[in-house]
Amino acid sequence: MEHTEVTVMEDIFERNDKIALETNQALSERGIFTVNIMGAPGVGKTTFLVRLIQLLAKPAFVIEGDIESDIDTKKLLDLGIAALQLNTGGACHLESTIIADAVKTVSLENGYLFIENIGNLVCPAEFIIGEHIKLLISTVTEGSDKPYKYPLAFEKADVIIINKADLSAYVDFDEAYFIKGIQALNKNAPIFKVSAKTGEGFGEVAAWITEQAKQINSSIKK
Amino acid sequence: MHELSITKQIVAICEDFAGKHSASKVTKINLVVGEATGYIAESIRFYFDILAKDSICKDAKITLETVKPLLLCTSCQQYFERVPFSFDCPLCGGQGEPTEIGREFYVKSIEIEE
Ligand SMILES: Nc1nc2c(ncn2[C@@H]2O[C@H](COP(=O)(O)OP(=O)(O)O)[C@@H](O)[C@H]2O)c(=O)[nH]1
Ligand SMILES: [Mg+2]
Ligand SMILES: [Zn+2]
Repeated sequence: MEHTEVTVMEDIFERNDKIALETNQALSERGIFTVNIMGAPGVGKTTFLVRLIQLLAKPAFVIEGDIESDIDTKKLLDLGIAALQLNTGGACHLESTIIADAVKTVSLENGYLFIENIGNLVCPAEFIIGEHIKLLISTVTEGSDKPYKYPLAFEKADVIIINKADLSAYVDFDEAYFIKGIQALNKNAPIFKVSAKTGEGFGEVAAWITEQAKQINSSIKK
Repeated sequence: MHELSITKQIVAICEDFAGKHSASKVTKINLVVGEATGYIAESIRFYFDILAKDSICKDAKITLETVKPLLLCTSCQQYFERVPFSFDCPLCGGQGEPTEIGREFYVKSIEIEE
Protein backbone atom coordinates (compact mmCIF):
# COMPACT_ATOMS: atom_id res chain seq x y z
CA MET A 1 0.00 0.00 0.00
CA GLU A 2 1.30 3.45 -1.01
CA HIS A 3 1.72 5.91 1.89
CA THR A 4 1.79 9.58 1.06
CA GLU A 5 2.74 12.34 3.48
CA VAL A 6 0.50 15.42 3.23
CA THR A 7 1.64 18.71 4.74
CA VAL A 8 -1.10 20.23 6.92
CA MET A 9 0.34 22.99 9.14
CA GLU A 10 -3.04 23.91 10.58
CA ASP A 11 -3.26 25.39 14.05
CA ILE A 12 -5.54 23.51 16.43
CA PHE A 13 -7.11 26.80 17.57
CA GLU A 14 -7.75 28.12 14.07
CA ARG A 15 -11.38 27.02 13.81
CA ASN A 16 -12.23 28.36 17.26
CA ASP A 17 -10.53 31.67 16.50
CA LYS A 18 -12.29 32.12 13.16
CA ILE A 19 -15.74 31.84 14.75
CA ALA A 20 -14.65 34.13 17.60
CA LEU A 21 -13.56 36.83 15.13
CA GLU A 22 -16.90 36.60 13.31
CA THR A 23 -18.72 36.98 16.63
CA ASN A 24 -16.54 39.94 17.51
CA GLN A 25 -17.38 41.61 14.21
CA ALA A 26 -21.11 41.02 14.71
CA LEU A 27 -20.96 42.41 18.25
CA SER A 28 -19.02 45.46 17.09
CA GLU A 29 -21.68 46.16 14.46
CA ARG A 30 -24.33 46.02 17.18
CA GLY A 31 -22.31 48.48 19.27
CA ILE A 32 -21.76 45.89 21.98
CA PHE A 33 -18.42 46.15 23.79
CA THR A 34 -17.65 42.66 25.00
CA VAL A 35 -15.54 41.72 28.00
CA ASN A 36 -14.32 38.19 28.74
CA ILE A 37 -14.09 37.88 32.54
CA MET A 38 -11.48 35.36 33.71
CA GLY A 39 -10.37 34.30 37.16
CA ALA A 40 -10.21 31.36 39.55
CA PRO A 41 -13.39 30.23 41.34
CA GLY A 42 -14.39 32.57 44.17
CA VAL A 43 -12.22 35.56 43.22
CA GLY A 44 -15.40 37.63 42.99
CA LYS A 45 -16.19 37.65 39.28
CA THR A 46 -19.96 37.85 39.82
CA THR A 47 -19.72 40.29 42.74
CA PHE A 48 -17.36 42.48 40.68
CA LEU A 49 -19.83 42.57 37.77
CA VAL A 50 -22.70 43.62 40.03
CA ARG A 51 -20.64 46.58 41.30
CA LEU A 52 -19.27 47.60 37.94
CA ILE A 53 -22.53 47.46 35.99
CA GLN A 54 -24.15 49.91 38.42
CA LEU A 55 -21.53 52.51 37.44
CA LEU A 56 -21.82 52.19 33.66
CA ALA A 57 -23.89 54.66 31.68
CA LYS A 58 -25.00 52.17 29.02
CA PRO A 59 -27.06 48.98 29.44
CA ALA A 60 -25.25 45.77 30.25
CA PHE A 61 -25.91 42.07 29.76
CA VAL A 62 -24.16 39.16 31.49
CA ILE A 63 -23.60 35.72 29.99
CA GLU A 64 -22.85 33.34 32.88
CA GLY A 65 -20.62 30.48 31.87
CA ASP A 66 -19.05 29.77 35.21
CA ILE A 67 -21.04 26.94 36.69
CA GLU A 68 -23.92 24.78 35.62
CA SER A 69 -26.11 25.88 38.47
CA ASP A 70 -27.85 29.18 37.87
CA ILE A 71 -27.17 30.68 41.33
CA ASP A 72 -25.09 33.53 39.89
CA THR A 73 -27.62 34.18 37.13
CA LYS A 74 -30.50 34.29 39.65
CA LYS A 75 -28.51 36.71 41.79
CA LEU A 76 -27.98 39.01 38.78
CA LEU A 77 -31.60 38.81 37.62
CA ASP A 78 -32.82 39.56 41.16
CA LEU A 79 -30.74 42.74 41.04
CA GLY A 80 -32.35 43.73 37.75
CA ILE A 81 -29.29 42.86 35.62
CA ALA A 82 -30.09 41.10 32.33
CA ALA A 83 -28.36 37.72 32.32
CA LEU A 84 -28.30 34.40 30.56
CA GLN A 85 -27.04 31.10 31.98
CA LEU A 86 -25.05 28.86 29.66
CA ASN A 87 -25.16 25.13 30.02
CA THR A 88 -21.49 24.27 29.88
CA GLY A 89 -21.74 20.73 31.23
CA GLY A 90 -18.52 20.57 33.23
CA ALA A 91 -16.28 22.12 30.56
CA CYS A 92 -13.09 23.83 31.72
CA HIS A 93 -13.38 26.89 29.46
CA LEU A 94 -15.81 28.53 27.04
CA GLU A 95 -15.36 28.14 23.30
CA SER A 96 -16.42 30.38 20.47
CA THR A 97 -19.26 28.22 19.11
CA ILE A 98 -21.33 28.36 22.31
CA ILE A 99 -20.87 32.15 22.49
CA ALA A 100 -21.69 32.62 18.79
CA ASP A 101 -25.06 30.96 19.43
CA ALA A 102 -25.68 32.71 22.74
CA VAL A 103 -25.08 36.27 21.49
CA LYS A 104 -27.77 35.82 18.83
CA THR A 105 -30.34 35.52 21.63
CA VAL A 106 -29.02 38.49 23.62
CA SER A 107 -31.41 41.42 23.28
CA LEU A 108 -29.00 44.33 23.46
CA GLU A 109 -27.79 47.06 21.15
CA ASN A 110 -25.22 49.66 22.14
CA GLY A 111 -24.02 48.53 25.48
CA TYR A 112 -21.77 46.14 27.36
CA LEU A 113 -21.69 42.38 27.24
CA PHE A 114 -19.83 40.67 30.07
CA ILE A 115 -19.09 36.98 29.70
CA GLU A 116 -18.17 35.33 33.00
CA ASN A 117 -15.87 32.54 31.89
CA ILE A 118 -15.42 29.29 33.75
CA GLY A 119 -13.39 29.67 36.97
CA ASN A 120 -10.02 28.38 35.83
CA LEU A 121 -6.73 30.17 35.23
CA VAL A 122 -5.36 27.84 32.58
CA CYS A 123 -7.80 26.93 29.81
CA PRO A 124 -9.86 30.11 29.23
CA ALA A 125 -6.68 32.03 28.38
CA GLU A 126 -6.14 29.86 25.29
CA PHE A 127 -9.54 30.34 23.68
CA ILE A 128 -10.81 33.64 22.32
CA ILE A 129 -14.61 33.69 22.29
CA GLY A 130 -15.48 36.97 20.56
CA GLU A 131 -14.43 39.50 23.19
CA HIS A 132 -12.99 42.97 22.68
CA ILE A 133 -10.98 42.72 25.89
CA LYS A 134 -10.05 40.15 28.51
CA LEU A 135 -10.41 41.21 32.12
CA LEU A 136 -8.56 39.05 34.64
CA ILE A 137 -9.52 39.09 38.30
CA SER A 138 -7.00 38.04 40.93
CA THR A 139 -7.18 38.70 44.66
CA VAL A 140 -4.94 39.58 47.58
CA THR A 141 -6.03 36.32 49.20
CA GLU A 142 -4.84 34.02 46.39
CA GLY A 143 -1.14 34.63 46.96
CA SER A 144 1.28 36.77 45.00
CA ASP A 145 2.76 33.96 42.93
CA LYS A 146 -0.21 33.70 40.54
CA PRO A 147 1.49 35.44 37.55
CA TYR A 148 4.37 32.95 37.86
CA LYS A 149 2.06 29.94 38.03
CA TYR A 150 -0.42 31.00 35.35
CA PRO A 151 1.63 33.26 33.03
CA LEU A 152 -0.59 32.94 29.97
CA ALA A 153 -3.68 34.36 31.71
CA PHE A 154 -1.69 37.37 32.92
CA GLU A 155 -0.03 37.86 29.55
CA LYS A 156 -3.28 37.77 27.57
CA ALA A 157 -5.24 40.05 29.92
CA ASP A 158 -6.02 43.59 28.75
CA VAL A 159 -6.74 44.70 32.29
CA ILE A 160 -5.93 43.08 35.63
CA ILE A 161 -8.02 43.52 38.77
CA ILE A 162 -6.71 42.81 42.26
CA ASN A 163 -9.92 42.21 44.20
CA LYS A 164 -10.63 41.85 47.93
CA ALA A 165 -8.42 44.82 48.83
CA ASP A 166 -10.50 45.06 52.05
CA LEU A 167 -8.74 41.89 53.21
CA SER A 168 -5.19 43.19 52.63
CA ALA A 169 -4.53 43.68 56.34
CA TYR A 170 -5.25 40.00 57.05
CA VAL A 171 -3.04 38.37 54.43
CA ASP A 172 0.62 38.68 53.45
CA PHE A 173 0.15 39.56 49.80
CA ASP A 174 3.54 40.54 48.31
CA GLU A 175 2.30 43.16 45.88
CA ALA A 176 5.77 44.09 44.57
CA TYR A 177 6.49 40.47 43.60
CA PHE A 178 3.04 40.11 42.02
CA ILE A 179 3.48 43.30 39.95
CA LYS A 180 7.04 42.37 38.95
CA GLY A 181 5.67 39.15 37.45
CA ILE A 182 2.95 41.00 35.54
CA GLN A 183 5.43 43.56 34.21
CA ALA A 184 7.58 40.82 32.70
CA LEU A 185 4.57 39.28 30.98
CA ASN A 186 2.43 42.24 30.06
CA LYS A 187 3.58 45.82 29.64
CA ASN A 188 0.21 47.28 28.63
CA ALA A 189 -2.52 46.05 30.95
CA PRO A 190 -3.45 48.52 33.67
CA ILE A 191 -3.78 47.06 37.18
CA PHE A 192 -6.64 48.19 39.43
CA LYS A 193 -6.89 47.31 43.10
CA VAL A 194 -10.50 47.12 44.24
CA SER A 195 -12.88 45.68 46.77
CA ALA A 196 -16.12 44.38 45.36
CA LYS A 197 -17.34 44.25 48.94
CA THR A 198 -16.84 47.94 49.80
CA GLY A 199 -16.85 49.38 46.27
CA GLU A 200 -13.35 50.83 46.70
CA GLY A 201 -11.58 51.47 43.38
CA PHE A 202 -14.59 50.90 41.12
CA GLY A 203 -14.80 54.49 39.87
CA GLU A 204 -11.44 54.09 38.13
CA VAL A 205 -12.36 50.72 36.64
CA ALA A 206 -15.69 52.03 35.29
CA ALA A 207 -13.95 55.07 33.77
CA TRP A 208 -11.33 52.88 32.08
CA ILE A 209 -13.92 50.47 30.64
CA THR A 210 -16.06 53.38 29.41
CA GLU A 211 -13.03 54.82 27.62
CA GLN A 212 -12.14 51.48 26.00
CA ALA A 213 -15.69 51.01 24.76
CA LYS A 214 -15.60 54.45 23.08
CA GLN A 215 -12.45 53.58 21.17
CA ILE A 216 -13.98 50.36 19.87
CA ASN A 217 -17.10 52.18 18.71
CA SER A 218 -15.16 54.88 16.90
CA SER A 219 -12.93 52.33 15.20
CA ILE A 220 -15.97 50.42 13.88
CA LYS A 221 -17.44 53.49 12.22
CA LYS A 222 -14.45 54.03 9.93
CA MET B 1 -7.63 20.28 30.73
CA HIS B 2 -9.55 20.25 27.53
CA GLU B 3 -8.01 17.44 25.53
CA LEU B 4 -11.49 16.33 24.45
CA SER B 5 -12.34 19.47 22.50
CA ILE B 6 -8.79 19.75 21.21
CA THR B 7 -8.80 16.17 19.99
CA LYS B 8 -12.10 16.81 18.17
CA GLN B 9 -10.33 19.61 16.29
CA ILE B 10 -7.42 17.33 15.43
CA VAL B 11 -9.77 14.72 13.98
CA ALA B 12 -11.71 17.39 12.04
CA ILE B 13 -8.53 18.86 10.54
CA CYS B 14 -7.23 15.43 9.52
CA GLU B 15 -10.58 14.43 8.00
CA ASP B 16 -10.61 17.64 5.93
CA PHE B 17 -7.13 17.16 4.56
CA ALA B 18 -7.66 13.44 3.96
CA GLY B 19 -10.84 14.30 2.03
CA LYS B 20 -9.05 16.90 -0.08
CA HIS B 21 -6.47 14.29 -1.07
CA SER B 22 -9.05 11.55 -1.70
CA ALA B 23 -7.44 9.35 0.93
CA SER B 24 -9.02 6.06 1.92
CA LYS B 25 -7.25 6.02 5.25
CA VAL B 26 -5.12 8.21 7.53
CA THR B 27 -2.29 6.10 8.94
CA LYS B 28 -0.29 8.67 10.87
CA ILE B 29 -0.84 12.15 12.36
CA ASN B 30 2.18 14.29 13.16
CA LEU B 31 1.51 16.98 15.80
CA VAL B 32 3.76 19.76 17.06
CA VAL B 33 2.97 20.70 20.66
CA GLY B 34 4.68 23.39 22.72
CA GLU B 35 5.11 22.39 26.34
CA ALA B 36 3.62 25.71 27.52
CA THR B 37 0.25 24.54 26.23
CA GLY B 38 0.14 21.89 28.95
CA TYR B 39 -1.45 19.23 26.75
CA ILE B 40 -0.96 15.69 27.84
CA ALA B 41 -0.11 13.29 25.05
CA GLU B 42 -1.70 10.35 26.85
CA SER B 43 -5.03 12.10 27.11
CA ILE B 44 -4.98 13.14 23.45
CA ARG B 45 -4.38 9.51 22.51
CA PHE B 46 -7.14 8.35 24.86
CA TYR B 47 -9.75 10.66 23.36
CA PHE B 48 -8.46 10.06 19.88
CA ASP B 49 -9.21 6.34 20.08
CA ILE B 50 -12.81 7.13 21.03
CA LEU B 51 -13.40 10.01 18.63
CA ALA B 52 -11.70 8.50 15.59
CA LYS B 53 -13.45 5.15 15.97
CA ASP B 54 -15.89 5.79 13.12
CA SER B 55 -13.69 8.04 11.02
CA ILE B 56 -11.12 7.75 8.29
CA CYS B 57 -8.49 8.36 11.02
CA LYS B 58 -9.29 5.15 12.91
CA ASP B 59 -6.10 3.43 14.14
CA ALA B 60 -3.86 6.26 12.92
CA LYS B 61 -0.60 6.54 14.81
CA ILE B 62 -0.10 9.89 16.57
CA THR B 63 3.38 11.35 16.92
CA LEU B 64 4.06 14.38 19.08
CA GLU B 65 7.01 16.66 18.54
CA THR B 66 7.34 18.77 21.69
CA VAL B 67 8.91 22.23 21.98
CA LYS B 68 10.38 23.65 25.21
CA PRO B 69 9.13 27.15 26.06
CA LEU B 70 11.72 29.92 25.86
CA LEU B 71 11.72 33.48 27.16
CA LEU B 72 13.74 36.29 25.60
CA CYS B 73 15.94 38.44 27.84
CA THR B 74 15.21 42.14 27.33
CA SER B 75 18.77 43.00 28.46
CA CYS B 76 21.15 40.51 26.81
CA GLN B 77 18.75 39.33 24.05
CA GLN B 78 19.39 35.64 24.79
CA TYR B 79 16.65 33.03 24.74
CA PHE B 80 16.42 31.02 27.95
CA GLU B 81 14.29 28.43 29.78
CA ARG B 82 12.67 29.97 32.84
CA VAL B 83 13.19 28.74 36.36
CA PRO B 84 10.01 28.34 38.47
CA PHE B 85 8.62 31.48 40.16
CA SER B 86 10.79 33.84 38.14
CA PHE B 87 10.97 35.40 34.68
CA ASP B 88 14.53 36.68 35.17
CA CYS B 89 17.37 35.78 32.83
CA PRO B 90 19.74 33.20 34.39
CA LEU B 91 22.64 34.65 32.36
CA CYS B 92 22.47 38.34 33.29
CA GLY B 93 19.56 38.76 35.69
CA GLY B 94 17.66 40.89 33.17
CA GLN B 95 13.90 40.71 32.70
CA GLY B 96 12.63 37.96 30.40
CA GLU B 97 9.65 38.43 28.14
CA PRO B 98 7.31 35.80 26.68
CA THR B 99 7.87 34.45 23.18
CA GLU B 100 5.81 32.20 20.92
CA ILE B 101 8.37 29.42 21.32
CA GLY B 102 6.75 26.64 23.32
CA ARG B 103 3.17 27.58 22.43
CA GLU B 104 2.93 25.74 19.14
CA PHE B 105 -0.03 23.49 18.68
CA TYR B 106 -0.66 22.36 15.15
CA VAL B 107 -1.08 19.40 12.87
CA LYS B 108 2.16 19.36 10.91
CA SER B 109 1.36 16.58 8.47
CA ILE B 110 -0.58 13.38 7.98
CA GLU B 111 0.26 10.14 6.21
CA ILE B 112 -2.48 8.71 4.05
CA GLU B 113 -3.29 5.73 1.90
CA GLU B 114 -4.87 6.56 -1.41
N1 LIG C 1 -14.10 40.35 51.53
C1 LIG C 1 -14.44 40.33 50.24
N2 LIG C 1 -15.17 39.32 49.74
C2 LIG C 1 -15.49 39.34 48.44
C3 LIG C 1 -15.07 40.38 47.57
N3 LIG C 1 -15.53 40.11 46.32
C4 LIG C 1 -16.22 38.95 46.42
N4 LIG C 1 -16.21 38.48 47.69
C5 LIG C 1 -16.83 37.26 48.20
O1 LIG C 1 -16.18 36.13 47.60
C6 LIG C 1 -17.09 35.07 47.39
C7 LIG C 1 -17.09 34.65 45.93
O2 LIG C 1 -17.60 35.70 45.12
P1 LIG C 1 -18.21 35.44 43.67
O3 LIG C 1 -18.53 36.76 43.11
O4 LIG C 1 -19.29 34.44 43.75
O5 LIG C 1 -16.94 34.80 42.95
P2 LIG C 1 -16.83 34.10 41.51
O6 LIG C 1 -16.84 32.63 41.74
O7 LIG C 1 -15.52 34.53 40.97
O8 LIG C 1 -17.98 34.58 40.69
C8 LIG C 1 -18.45 35.60 47.84
O9 LIG C 1 -18.68 35.15 49.16
C9 LIG C 1 -18.27 37.10 47.80
O10 LIG C 1 -19.11 37.77 48.70
C10 LIG C 1 -14.27 41.43 48.12
O11 LIG C 1 -13.83 42.38 47.44
N5 LIG C 1 -13.98 41.35 49.45
MG1 LIG D 1 -19.51 33.64 39.59
ZN1 LIG E 1 19.99 38.27 29.93
